[in-house]
Amino acid sequence: MSNQVAQQAAVPEPPTEDAPRRDVGRELLHRLFNGTPMLSVLAVLASLVVGAILIGFTNPRVAEAAGYFFARPGDTFAALWQAVSGAYISLFQGAIFNPNRMDSVQQVLAPLSTTLYYAAPLIIAGLGVAIAFKVGLFNIGGRGQMLVGAGVAGWVGFTVPLPPVLHVAVALIAGALAGALWGGIVGLLKARTGAHEVILTIMLNYVAYLGIQYALRNPDLLRNQENNNPVSPPMMDTAILHSLPGFRVHAGILIAIAVVILYWWFIERSNLGYQFRAVGLNPDAARQAGMNVGLVTTLAMAFGGAFMGLAGGVQVAGQVTSGFTANIDAGIGFEAITVALLGRSSPWGTLVAGLLFGAMRAGGFNMQAAQQIPIDLVLVLQAFIVLFIAAPALVKTIFFYPKGARS
Amino acid sequence: MTRRIPLSTLSKKSTARRNLLGGASVIAIAGLLAACGTAPEDDGDTGADGGDNGSDQVPCMVSDAGGFDDQSFNELSHDGLVAGSEAHGLDPRTVESENDTVYESNIESLVNQGCTLIFSVGFLLQPATETMAANYEDVNFAIIDDDQIVADNVKPLIYDTAQAAFLAGYAAAAYTESDRVATWGGMNIPTVTIFMDGFAEGVEYFNEENGAEVEVLGWDVEAQDGSFTGGFEANPEARSMAEQFISQGADVLMPVGGPIFQPAAEAVLDAQGDNPHLAMIGVDTDLTESAPEYADIFLTSVLKGLAVSVEDTITEAVNGEFNNEPFVGTLENDGVGIADFYDFASDLPDTIDADIDELRDAIIDGSLVVESPSSPSI
Repeated sequence: MSNQVAQQAAVPEPPTEDAPRRDVGRELLHRLFNGTPMLSVLAVLASLVVGAILIGFTNPRVAEAAGYFFARPGDTFAALWQAVSGAYISLFQGAIFNPNRMDSVQQVLAPLSTTLYYAAPLIIAGLGVAIAFKVGLFNIGGRGQMLVGAGVAGWVGFTVPLPPVLHVAVALIAGALAGALWGGIVGLLKARTGAHEVILTIMLNYVAYLGIQYALRNPDLLRNQENNNPVSPPMMDTAILHSLPGFRVHAGILIAIAVVILYWWFIERSNLGYQFRAVGLNPDAARQAGMNVGLVTTLAMAFGGAFMGLAGGVQVAGQVTSGFTANIDAGIGFEAITVALLGRSSPWGTLVAGLLFGAMRAGGFNMQAAQQIPIDLVLVLQAFIVLFIAAPALVKTIFFYPKGARS
Repeated sequence: MTRRIPLSTLSKKSTARRNLLGGASVIAIAGLLAACGTAPEDDGDTGADGGDNGSDQVPCMVSDAGGFDDQSFNELSHDGLVAGSEAHGLDPRTVESENDTVYESNIESLVNQGCTLIFSVGFLLQPATETMAANYEDVNFAIIDDDQIVADNVKPLIYDTAQAAFLAGYAAAAYTESDRVATWGGMNIPTVTIFMDGFAEGVEYFNEENGAEVEVLGWDVEAQDGSFTGGFEANPEARSMAEQFISQGADVLMPVGGPIFQPAAEAVLDAQGDNPHLAMIGVDTDLTESAPEYADIFLTSVLKGLAVSVEDTITEAVNGEFNNEPFVGTLENDGVGIADFYDFASDLPDTIDADIDELRDAIIDGSLVVESPSSPSI
């Protein structure tokens, strides 16, 4: 015992919590999420240019025409133009408006409806990343939080009979609570033990994924008893966010907008939201000012998890109501990081970014079907957007952006 | 005091730069040369749709999340689509699904592109296919590995692979020296376990006929439970599962689940030094031919006629004979089968070919019934 004490005394005093310290990760996060709106727009433009180059390079007709470039250079450029414009036009037609399909109101509005349909969970999940960032935390656990939320919301949706409207509401709230619990665990561990939230959330993603897989194989938990496939039973009719007749879009987009407004009010107007921002800017100063940093950390992850859980609930109640698999998160948990990045974790920015990514998804289907361009191109575009946001100097150079300018 | 820069670093740097420039110019020249080909004659052919035989069919296909390069049922189905389209001079369209939530959108975008026959690959597409088939009654659909949909414009394509796996199980039991064979799957789902059921029953049948005691590791037909890698990825888990069965003394291995055979084959190659008798059984396609780097270790393969059935369905549609009658692949219609033994024939009893033929006939005429809970119910 005394030996141990002596040993401890010999070790130099570790820096105390109060000492000023540089947190590189926090600074990087800050820079990533706090670019100007102009920078986000330029990053999207730059990634579209890179996408165009990729489309050109991978197009077989361009490659063929380039083989005799000097004999007839016009062919190469024509093929390039056809490939690139074809791709982006079909992307646009799938997401916004298609002049070739105007036989009915439904056909005219179908692309927009599909965009909103895919944007809803992206926006909600994007806020799940954004709110954690406001406190300087990186929520990589969207996948796990969504899966837990989807699992619980789904279970409520196909086992607990309730009247319409109420049933959907209960299912979604249950999903959000489950997500909040899953995220809150991370916040609590971070606040109590200092464990890093990135590691914790990634590990809990695995726990959630394998847990859902297990539950989907077990007929007493989530599996449909009627067959052996690892798929849940379909949602009861009362627990479904019904699509507008003839359209794909459902009330999920209204929920998303409501959550955006809630988030705006919370961060900009509420007392607790003020504490969130204070801790995010400088936890040491916030602590000095008498704020409970541990509580804020726990709550931020819990709220982030709640948004993710709600997004998972929208997935089972709105997107895939016929029974879900362990991939019900559809990669949204990770895409949400990009959405929050592009939206600079502001409420309206996240809304716009979510709409843009919803449009990319909706357009991607059409691009693939019409031009036979792999859906992966959309993923590449998204990846380049992140890259350009992460390297603002690069974007500023490309577009001759004035140095030090802020919009 | 001036800092002296060693000259060597300078020269190294410039050499590196020179190399870089040299490399770049070589690439550039190669590019220029490649671009010097002669332009093709302008024949005014802008469509380039190939030999059109008058059919206005547009065959299309939606993959599941595995994608068309999964070396498994997506890829085989796609092969069938390409072959069927080429045979009739058609221009097929395909879309890959990035995850389980986009099937409806993908099918709908194919409908919008004017597809007349849409193949859905895999049981996961069942709900989306059912909805879309109801919404678009003038479009024909065919769904692979699912028989739940009953609609005028949906043709199920299903396969009683237990019959073929039974023959492979019998051959494995005849081949083993350690009296232990193993099978495991990617996930515990019917389209996987149907192979494992047939395999285990084939071994059981061999035991009864020959008074042998060959043991099947990795699958319990009664309990419908066994060993699974947890997914369809060629990952270290898939390899360690193979190693585990090898260390338990199994000398014939049948992993069921697309690409998971690759890590298993690597494990077998590494272990063959200690046990040259080790062999594997492929599934879905004849892996001796399609995976030539492992050709030496495949005793045989259990064949699932995905490509043929897709091709036949296209032909039916072109001839105006599309119907919603389910296609059930069996030994009788060659929708399922067993591949050649190739070089392994010499390691098997001389009577094996005759025995297998006899079993096949017995299964076809119904005197021998291979039962699996996952078999098509039609």
